[in-house]
Amino acid sequence: MANPRLQLMLCTGTGCLASGSKEFQTALEEEIKKQGLEGEVKIIETGCNGFCAVGPVMLVQPEGIFYQKLTPKDAPLLVEEHFLKGRPVEKLLYVEPASKETIPTMNEIPFFSNQKFWVMRNKGAIDPESIDEYIARDGYFGMAKALNEMTAEEIIQEVKDSGLRGRGGAGFPTGLKWQFASKADSDIKYVLCNADEGDPGAFMDRSILEADPHAVIEGMIIAAKAINASKGYIYCRTEYPMAIQRLTLAIKNAREYGLLGEDILQSGFNFDIEIYQGAGAFVCGEETALMRSIEGKRGMPRPRPPFPANKGLWERPTVLNNVETLANISQIILNGASWFSSIGTESSKGTKVFALSGDVNNIGLVEVPMGITLKQMIFEIGGGIPKKRKFKAVQLGGPSGGCVPEQHLDTPVDYEAIARVGAIMGSGGVIVMDENTCMVDMARFFMDFIQDESCGKCPPCREGTKRLLEILNKICEGNGEPGDIEALEELSLRIKESALCGLGQTAPNPVLSTLRYFKDEYIAHVYEKRCPAKRCVALLKFKVDPEKCHKCGLCYQACPVGAISWEKKQPAVIDREKCIQCLSCYEACRFDAID
Amino acid sequence: MLELQHPDIIGDMATRLENVITAYHDTPGAVIPVLRECQNIVGYLPVELIDYISVGLNLSKSEVLGVATFYSLFSLTPKGRHTIRACLGTACYVKGGKEVMNRIKQTYKVEEGGTTEDRRFSLEAVRCLGACGLAPVMVVDQDTHGKVSPDRIVEILEQYE
Repeated sequence: MANPRLQLMLCTGTGCLASGSKEFQTALEEEIKKQGLEGEVKIIETGCNGFCAVGPVMLVQPEGIFYQKLTPKDAPLLVEEHFLKGRPVEKLLYVEPASKETIPTMNEIPFFSNQKFWVMRNKGAIDPESIDEYIARDGYFGMAKALNEMTAEEIIQEVKDSGLRGRGGAGFPTGLKWQFASKADSDIKYVLCNADEGDPGAFMDRSILEADPHAVIEGMIIAAKAINASKGYIYCRTEYPMAIQRLTLAIKNAREYGLLGEDILQSGFNFDIEIYQGAGAFVCGEETALMRSIEGKRGMPRPRPPFPANKGLWERPTVLNNVETLANISQIILNGASWFSSIGTESSKGTKVFALSGDVNNIGLVEVPMGITLKQMIFEIGGGIPKKRKFKAVQLGGPSGGCVPEQHLDTPVDYEAIARVGAIMGSGGVIVMDENTCMVDMARFFMDFIQDESCGKCPPCREGTKRLLEILNKICEGNGEPGDIEALEELSLRIKESALCGLGQTAPNPVLSTLRYFKDEYIAHVYEKRCPAKRCVALLKFKVDPEKCHKCGLCYQACPVGAISWEKKQPAVIDREKCIQCLSCYEACRFDAID
Repeated sequence: MLELQHPDIIGDMATRLENVITAYHDTPGAVIPVLRECQNIVGYLPVELIDYISVGLNLSKSEVLGVATFYSLFSLTPKGRHTIRACLGTACYVKGGKEVMNRIKQTYKVEEGGTTEDRRFSLEAVRCLGACGLAPVMVVDQDTHGKVSPDRIVEILEQYE
C-alpha cells in the first residue's frame, strides 16, 4: 500500500476505550470502506493521548486536527466532510470552555500547548504495538549508543550529570543508585522495573506502558549495561491487562529484532526481560516487598540496610527503577546530560508526568517541566475547577503524600519545595478537591486505604493506622470528643518515627497535612458537631433552609427516591422518612440551602 | 502426586491443574503464578487445592496459604458468574463511588467481598483502576463502565445474566 494521505491516530488507551473508542472505530472503518478510501486514510490505534476528559479522541495527521468526544454516529459526517472534501467537522472540535473559542489543532489547545513531551514524546504519535514505528522515532538509538560506544562508567556518569531522580516518589538520584549496584561484586545482578502503580489516583505508569512500552524496555537494557546485569523483571500490577499485553508483545518483538536476549546488536552483551504480574498488594510497590513478591513470598518489606544495590532480589545486587524513570533514560543517553538538565530547578531536572484527576476540568495525563507552579498545572493545563466551584486543596503523592491548600499554590514542581509545604512529589497522582470536599473525611478515606493495605509486619503501622482510623471514624460519625485531635497528632508522629518501611512512615501524612491546614474543620466536627463541607452524613440535618432556598427545584429533580416535595415558587421540603441520605440534593443545590 | 477431589473441580480441570504444577515444578518462587493459573481454571482456590499445590511445589501448606491470603487477587471462596469491581480509589470516591457501591449492595443484597445467593454477582471494592478520568468507575468482568451513577447501575448490571 502506498503511504496513506491521512493518518487517523485514534486513542485506544484505557480511558478512551471505556468511553467507546472501539465502537467508534468499527463505525469509522465501515464508513471508510463504503466511501472507498481504504488506501488513502489509515486508522492507527495509539496509546493514551492524555486528554481522557474529552475521550474518545482522535488526531488527524499530518494536519494535526484534533477531534473529541467521538461517537459511532459521527463517522459518516467525518468521512464525507473531512476525509473526502477536506473540511474539518467543526462540531467535533475542541471548544475552550472559558472563551468558547473553537480550537482545531491539537498543538494550540492550552491543555497540550503548556506541556512538554519528553517521556511521553511518542504517546499518540506511534502505534504502541509496532516496534518499527518506535525505531523510526529514534527508538533503540540510545541503547545502541550505550552498548557500542560507551563504557558502564560513562553511562552512569551521564545519568548522574543529568540530575535525573527517581520518579516513583522518593526522588533518589538514579545515577547514584546505579553506581552503588555497579560496584557491588556479584556474577548475577538484576534490573527491575517497578510498574506496581498502586497509589489511588495515579495512572502515569499505566499510560506510559500502554503508549510506549519499548521506551521502558530500552531504559532497562541501558541500566543493565551500566550495572552489568543479565536478567530483568518488570513487576506490573495485574489490574493493568492492556499494559501487560503490550509489554509482552514489545518484548517478543525486541527479541525477534535482536534488541533483547543474547549478544544484543552484536555487542556481546546479554540481557533478557520477564514480566512478573503482581497479585494485588499495595505494599509491593515498596522495593524490598516487591522483591519478596517476585521470590514467591508474602510481599513484606524488610529493614534496610542492606540496600538492594548490594542485596536485593534472591540476595543479589539489584537496581529497581520506576517506569517513568526508565522511560527517560534513552533520551538522556542520546541527547546528553546537559540537554536534560537544561530545564527544571536547581535540584529537580527534566519533566514530570502527573495524573490530574478529581474536581478539575481537564482530567487526564500531563507532562510538565519541573519548576512550573501547581497553580499553572491545575488552572492553565487543568482548566480549573468545574461547576464554578472554588478550589480547596490538592492532594499530591497519594496516601503517602499530603494536601496543598490555596495559599501554597505558587509552590513549584520541585522535590524539595513540595516537601517544604508538607506534601511529597510522589509518583504523580494529583487529586484536585473543591470546596465541597470534607478534609476530615478525606483523611479518613486515606487511613482506611492504608490500614487495609498495611502488610501487618510491624506494629506501629498495623496497629497505629487502625487506631487513627477509629478516631477519624468517630469524628466523622459525630462522636468526636475533646482530646481526639491531640491523640491523632501524637499517634501520627509516633508512627512516623517507628514504622519499618516507607509505607508506614508516610501513612500518617494525610492526617498531619490536613491537621496542618484545615484544623478548623476538625474543630467544627469535634466541638460543634458540624461538617462545613456537608459530606459527613451523621452531622447533617437534611433540612432545607426556607430563607436560603431559591425555590428552583433542582434538589427535587436530583432526589432518586422522591423524598423531596416542591412546587413552583415554594421552598422544597425533605421527607426524612423517605430520605436515604445519598447527598444528591446537597450536590444539586447551588445556594447552600440544605443544612 | 496427591489425588485431587472436590465438587467444584470437574471435567478436565484436574489434568489442567496437574499441567500447571508440572510446568512450574522446578521454578523457584513460582507460588504466585501457580496460584493465579489454578484460580483461573477453577474460579477460586478451595483448601483442597492449596494442599495439592503445596505438595506439588514441595512447600509447606502454611507457606502457600500464607501467600494466597496475603494478596487480594486470590479467593478461597467461590465467586459469582460475574465479578463487579467497583472502584473506591480517591478520584472515584470524590466523584461519588461510595454512593454507587451502596446502591449495588441494596439492590442485589450483597456485601462487599461477598457473592449473591444465586452466585450471579460477586462484589468487590477495588483500589484505583487507573481510569480516574472516568470516575466513578466500575468494572464488570472485563468491561469498564465509566461515569456511573447510582441510577445507571442497575441498568448496566441487568445486562449480565
